[in-house]
Amino acid sequence: MPDAPGERVISVLDLAALDPAALAPLVVHAEPWINFDVGLLVDRFWANTINGLAYGSVYALIALGYTLVYGVLQLINFAHSEIFVIGVFGVYLTFVALGFEPGAIPNLPLAAIILDLVLAGLVAMAVAGLAAIGLERVAYRPLRRRNAPRLAFLITAIGASFVIQQVIRIWRGSNPEGTIRLLPPSPVFSIFGAPVTNLQIVIILASIAMFVVTDRFVNGSRLGRGIRAVAQDPATATLMGVNRERVITITFLVGGVLAGVAALFYLMTIPQGAVYNGGFLLGIKAFTAAVLGGIGNLRGALLGGLILGVAENYGQSLFGGDWRDVVAFVLLVLVLMFRPTGILGESLARSRA
Amino acid sequence: MSMLELDDVHVAYGRIQALRGITLRVEEGQIVALIGANGAGKTTTMRAISGILGLQSGAMRFEGDDLTAVRADLRVVRGISQVPEGRGIFPGMTVAENIDMGAYVRKDRRSAEFAQDLERVYELFPRLAERRTQVGGTLSGGEQQMLAIGRALMARPRLLLLDEPSMGLAPQFIAQIFRVISEINSEGTTVLLVEQNATQALGLANEAYVLETGEVTRSGTGAELLADPTIQDAYLGVS
Repeated sequence: MPDAPGERVISVLDLAALDPAALAPLVVHAEPWINFDVGLLVDRFWANTINGLAYGSVYALIALGYTLVYGVLQLINFAHSEIFVIGVFGVYLTFVALGFEPGAIPNLPLAAIILDLVLAGLVAMAVAGLAAIGLERVAYRPLRRRNAPRLAFLITAIGASFVIQQVIRIWRGSNPEGTIRLLPPSPVFSIFGAPVTNLQIVIILASIAMFVVTDRFVNGSRLGRGIRAVAQDPATATLMGVNRERVITITFLVGGVLAGVAALFYLMTIPQGAVYNGGFLLGIKAFTAAVLGGIGNLRGALLGGLILGVAENYGQSLFGGDWRDVVAFVLLVLVLMFRPTGILGESLARSRA
Repeated sequence: MSMLELDDVHVAYGRIQALRGITLRVEEGQIVALIGANGAGKTTTMRAISGILGLQSGAMRFEGDDLTAVRADLRVVRGISQVPEGRGIFPGMTVAENIDMGAYVRKDRRSAEFAQDLERVYELFPRLAERRTQVGGTLSGGEQQMLAIGRALMARPRLLLLDEPSMGLAPQFIAQIFRVISEINSEGTTVLLVEQNATQALGLANEAYVLETGEVTRSGTGAELLADPTIQDAYLGVS
């Protein structure tokens, strides 16, 4: 076949060829609604990676809540996304209570801002943690007492999710609150030309730290061993003297607290204000992350969250912004086709968490 | 007063009546055996004592106190430890972690006594010491049974409930398990033993009860029942 002018044969693995100019002919505009822009993908590779890791950290923190509850109760707690939203409002209302207003970036010394952020984070952790315990008491415990079938739990979870959402809507209205940014992103250093901002560094490091603390708690502490025992064999756990109800309460508390941390990071980076249905897509993404990594598995939640965040960003560059969510779910389907239990498998129950 | 007293205990799974008025006594320091066919209610009795199942009616007292008022997880604190049917090993925990789960309710983890108890378990079952870091789910049936017994001992029980400890085990393991049971008992732990392996169980037991469809049909000393021709016919495989 004779070479047409302008056409080049590029091996996918040939790194030297990964130069946007050389790849320009590969940009296909067969249909106006879908792109295939390899150039942009390569161009933004590092920026996407860093941004994806920051987004993915937020997913991972929420995913841990899904995975912990699933491990102990084999229940997909669909109302967990609303626990997160309660956390988001906790952060927002703390900002308001501290005298900040939407729009303007406050002119305060860095130490004061950090103090305010930490305070808002603590409020969110407390509020979301207590909300999670309340949810468990009101929605799930009565079902457990009556030995309800699993389907009843699932429907209750969906119902609780709507109830909390609508209560917030009635209370705060359906418009998003204004965005309050205490700390504007500013580049600290760059990796291969991609700027890394202070916010991204804080979020990625703090999320990993939270994960390590959670992992230590579950695998190292006495209560954590109780959680694992209930996840692996609830009846035998009782025979060992583990109080199952207490373990369940603590599991919900830990999940809620992590969602509160996620809420702080969410409002710090994502230019969308607190809104009653803000947890919907994020919750589904975090749940996807948990399944992707292997639900019931703490490390899987972290890995799934990070992979999902990064993959979404790559997909956005490759196919166009509107395809972001499609990429996330197609990725999930592809992984589950080849590994039905997720990348790391269900492990809170079956092997070491 | 006996250590454990069950009076006219009824337990049902939904509409299925599993226990229809069980009355039995376990004296302190003894080995008491419950024998009977599949579905006779042996495991149900054990689960009622450990609190996994609630009573429909009847009374249950441990060292004089009403046991039905004590939550299942707190019965371990009171001194009742169960080796469940099917062993109940936590499959994702290592041997050491499983043994440690047995001591979940203990508050003296740093004491010399705790270290002694741990040493004692590994002394009774040297095989467990070799496999300390192996994950529970990968052990053989016999090893899992040793692990389940060792784990129960870590709670320092005064009453040890053993549900079919010989089930599915190779003969050399069965002999070892029964040897260990009589050793544990001679050190002062009271044992309530459920067995299908009636010959072994009756040989070991001070007292024994025969269960049939949720009722006690015979009771006596182990030796009496072992010598009884109808028992021999039904449970001992002697003909």
